[in-house]
Amino acid sequence: MIRILAALAVALVLPTLGHAETMRMAATTSFQNSGLAETLLPEIEIDTGIEVELVVVGTGQALRLGEAGDVDAVLVHSRPDEEAFVEAGHATHRREIMYNDFIIVGPEEDPASVQGSASAADAMARIAETEAPFVSRGDDSGTHKAELALWNAAGVEPEGGWYRPVGAGMGAALNTAAGMGAYVLSDRASWLNFGNQEGMAVDYEGDPAMFNQYAYLPVNPQAHPSVKGDLAAQLEDWLVSERARTLIDSYRIMGEQVFFFNAEEEN
Amino acid sequence: MNDLLAGLGEALRLILTLDAELIEITLRSLRVTLSALAVACAIGLPLGGALAVWRFRQRRFVIATMNALIALPPVVVGLVVYLLLSRSGPLGVLGLLFTPAAMIVAQVVIITPLVASIAHQALRDLWAVYHDLLISMNATRWQRIATLLIDGRRALLTAALAGFGRAIGEVGAIMIVGGNIDGATRVLTTAIALETGRGDFALAIGLGVVLIGLSLTVSWASHWIMRTERRGTW
Repeated sequence: MIRILAALAVALVLPTLGHAETMRMAATTSFQNSGLAETLLPEIEIDTGIEVELVVVGTGQALRLGEAGDVDAVLVHSRPDEEAFVEAGHATHRREIMYNDFIIVGPEEDPASVQGSASAADAMARIAETEAPFVSRGDDSGTHKAELALWNAAGVEPEGGWYRPVGAGMGAALNTAAGMGAYVLSDRASWLNFGNQEGMAVDYEGDPAMFNQYAYLPVNPQAHPSVKGDLAAQLEDWLVSERARTLIDSYRIMGEQVFFFNAEEEN
Repeated sequence: MNDLLAGLGEALRLILTLDAELIEITLRSLRVTLSALAVACAIGLPLGGALAVWRFRQRRFVIATMNALIALPPVVVGLVVYLLLSRSGPLGVLGLLFTPAAMIVAQVVIITPLVASIAHQALRDLWAVYHDLLISMNATRWQRIATLLIDGRRALLTAALAGFGRAIGEVGAIMIVGGNIDGATRVLTTAIALETGRGDFALAIGLGVVLIGLSLTVSWASHWIMRTERRGTW
């Protein structure tokens, strides 16, 4: 009887011993909606033995989770907020990992004729001028902040019935825009991976102002003893490695490269 | 329309191929909701019985409050539970945030008023029938409540099923406190929200069909076990 119990105990304990260590990372919706997360996370587990549990939220909420010590690291894209986050001592440092770009998605017919715009700001100004419907994320995410910066550059105060903040993730915003024939600012990866593209097209792209940098911020273990600083450091080493470069640069959606690795070797 | 048909096809494909991920998130949905339901029933059913039997001054006020709490917005419950369980919150040391346990806590808060309220409605009517008998037998208050709970068990099944229905279909609260983490806290409803966000409507509808099927199965199974609507069984 004792032997059976002992065998049972071993059988129950062994799997947990062999089990990977887990850490939590808050990441933006684009990281998951683009499908990159599904490609990287299993490889990370194989290479480092770390099982990364992904909490997918907007940049604003991701930083709040990091601030509260509820996640061990964050992967977001809104530089001024990230720098303020490090400044406030919530993260030890900020490490750039990769970038993609924003595009203006809209109806194929392009009612505001943004296709011939000289710049992203010009395109936004044209949308405001014609009062063509525009769906804004309105959720304090990195994409939302990039959009506000573009309105600012265009010298437009986005207001009125044509401007519709939905307060939702990238996918939901794209769904809404598709439903009402509106323009929307999206990151390229989420757009390419979006299944409901009917009647919508990329109406403007290519301005360097729409560059979208992703950075990794390990949460400060000094501020929160429960934070797994060592695992976060291991994950960072992996994210800037050659292995990550190969996987990120070779990730394709419908034949297009969407993320560009640009981490520096030295911090 | 195409998406709806594709969704039904997707649901069939997921079920027929016994998709491993589908089974995992379905079992997790069941585990979380049934645990929450067990706790909610342990609190709500005796509470409903007590409110039917026990006369006290603020009784009407308590019952009205309980009925109002049925309308508690899940998103607000989620946010409050999040703030309590956050590492920076008062219960942060427990480390429960982003685990199934946190989801169970949120669901208990959401469905307990509903279970208690429906139980109270049913047992109040039963109490009207049993009142004279139990009083004449000089039964204690606890014996009266226990009698009502036992004899009213089929009506209480409705209370439990209503609680189950609200919990299994809930998404706002468990998204916030669970985090929809793949392999840890992803359940059917949060998976549907995720696939909708990705614009993969077929898969979302497919998961929805599975969810509805699950609710029907649980309801059928519980009615069959309790032998309701049969001749000679009340």
